[in-house]
Amino acid sequence: MKAIINAESWVSEFVVTWWTPLFMVIFFAIVAYALWPRNKAQFDAAAEMPLRED
Amino acid sequence: MNQALNSKRITLGEGGLTVVFALTALLCVYAAINALDSAFAFHTALGAAVSFWAVFAIITRYRGRSALPPQEIDGRPNYNFGPVKFCSFMAMFWGIAGFTVGLLIASQLAFPALNFDLQWTSFGRLRPLHTSAVVFAFGGNVLLATSFYVVQKTSRARLAGDLAPWVVAIGYNFFILIAGTGYLLGVTQSKEYAEPEWYSDLLLTVVWVTYLLVFLATLMKRKEPHIFVANWFYLAFIITIAVLHLGNNPAVPVSFLGSKSYIAWGGVQDAMFQWWYGHNAVGFFLTAGFLAIMYYFIPKRAERPIYSYRLSIIHFWALIFLYIWAGPHHLHYTALPDWTQTLGMTFSIMLWMPSWGGMINGLMTLSGAWDKLRTDPVLRMMVVSVAFYGMSTFEGPMMSIKVVNSLSHYTDWTIGHVHSGALGWVGFVSFGALYCLVPWVWNRKQLYSLRLVNWHFWIATLGIVLYISAMWVSGILQGLMWRAYTSLGFLEYSFIETVEAMHPFYIIRAAGGGLFLIGSLIMAYNLWMTVRVGETSEAQPRVALQAAE
Repeated sequence: MKAIINAESWVSEFVVTWWTPLFMVIFFAIVAYALWPRNKAQFDAAAEMPLRED
Repeated sequence: MNQALNSKRITLGEGGLTVVFALTALLCVYAAINALDSAFAFHTALGAAVSFWAVFAIITRYRGRSALPPQEIDGRPNYNFGPVKFCSFMAMFWGIAGFTVGLLIASQLAFPALNFDLQWTSFGRLRPLHTSAVVFAFGGNVLLATSFYVVQKTSRARLAGDLAPWVVAIGYNFFILIAGTGYLLGVTQSKEYAEPEWYSDLLLTVVWVTYLLVFLATLMKRKEPHIFVANWFYLAFIITIAVLHLGNNPAVPVSFLGSKSYIAWGGVQDAMFQWWYGHNAVGFFLTAGFLAIMYYFIPKRAERPIYSYRLSIIHFWALIFLYIWAGPHHLHYTALPDWTQTLGMTFSIMLWMPSWGGMINGLMTLSGAWDKLRTDPVLRMMVVSVAFYGMSTFEGPMMSIKVVNSLSHYTDWTIGHVHSGALGWVGFVSFGALYCLVPWVWNRKQLYSLRLVNWHFWIATLGIVLYISAMWVSGILQGLMWRAYTSLGFLEYSFIETVEAMHPFYIIRAAGGGLFLIGSLIMAYNLWMTVRVGETSEAQPRVALQAAE
């Protein structure tokens, strides 16, 4: 029983402390991925996807 | 052909679903006989009828079919447009029904005699019928139809599953039928936009999980390496609605043979869950899903690539990260802790950025093709819808600010805001998508009449302008009257005086709604004639500008 309570408090402490920075890091990683110069060609091709016909 | 005939075998899906529906039918018959209230008896009887019909339909289809439809014909994907057609038709049907009920309840507010003194037609029962019919029935069927179309086209793969897409399409519409008739009979769990009772909720859960699996399985067998951004938006919409539905609706039925249940959450937690659900229904049902439509149908119709695909990725993730926190702005100045209210307000204001990023991306997709707005009323409809999206996503964050909310909350301003989003954004982008989709899936060269689209566009736009401007004036007037004090510190107006002051605006609003309804009738006629008498398209002449591969 005590172990469960400890686990819960560990989880809640982690979430309260790290949730916001963790999400911000993930979000900025996504932004970097979207804006990375090397990915440009791939995204320009994807922008044309609705226009392709089979 | 011979090969096809030889390979005819009953599939696991056909066999399994026959058993499942047969058992469901028996269960429903038992529940209908022993039901504790008449509404539950009616609904379980409907459930039994539909389950028996499903068994019959599956067996008839099996006996009539040769092999299953092939995945590809001559190296090209053999798209499954049956469910797309069905959902497009249902969208138009429910749209007209929902707009009509909306016009009726708008008129009831101006002329209360129109309640007819009958419990079934009272405002309290018709109002959820209107909201569910337009949001979940009309909007939901548009999303089902377009998502099934877009995921196939951008994956270059046939829709996954044989019967599963039909279970989703018909099951979802059956859920709407149960929910809607329930409201009229007084069956409700009294949670706004989540009124259906426990058994309808269970049905929706099964349908929605099937929808998710069909969508994911189609993506998994895609021929395109990249998952197109519209599919991301559809997927976010499907997953989040599942999570919201499960989070907001855990309920304990009084009896498994009756319609009444009690929600598991209590007090302010219940309120917070409700508006976490409610606002994200706006964010993921009415926004993410329809943004998917924007990202596929506007480029397609304008024959231009998406203005910035990079912006669309940032738009998507910013929306995902921010929207889920905005719900508390529905509970300003309530028992909800103050910090939670401020959190909700802050995230709502931040949402302005991704919303306008998306709006700019949609509008700028027309760069180099702006002249088409003059000649193509369908494109014009979709572009105006994006403009309305921008307008209501500016108005929303502003109204979430606590001091503004202290004036606007509980007034008609909120109704006006919702309708500029619902009629202008969701309605117009849906109309645009259906005007594109119907000729495509029924293989018609073009719409029956672009002139009628033009008429629809202007009549509906005029209706929206009447609606939202009436509600702005009425809402602010109402808010100011409520907070007016005399020099002695008494309230200056009694409540009934504020109601009286609303009367002219309620008439203008009903007129606006009436125009919107007339527009949708013109549309239904136009689409009907497109399917009935439209010229069949031979090749695919709709794309004049073939993109360089």
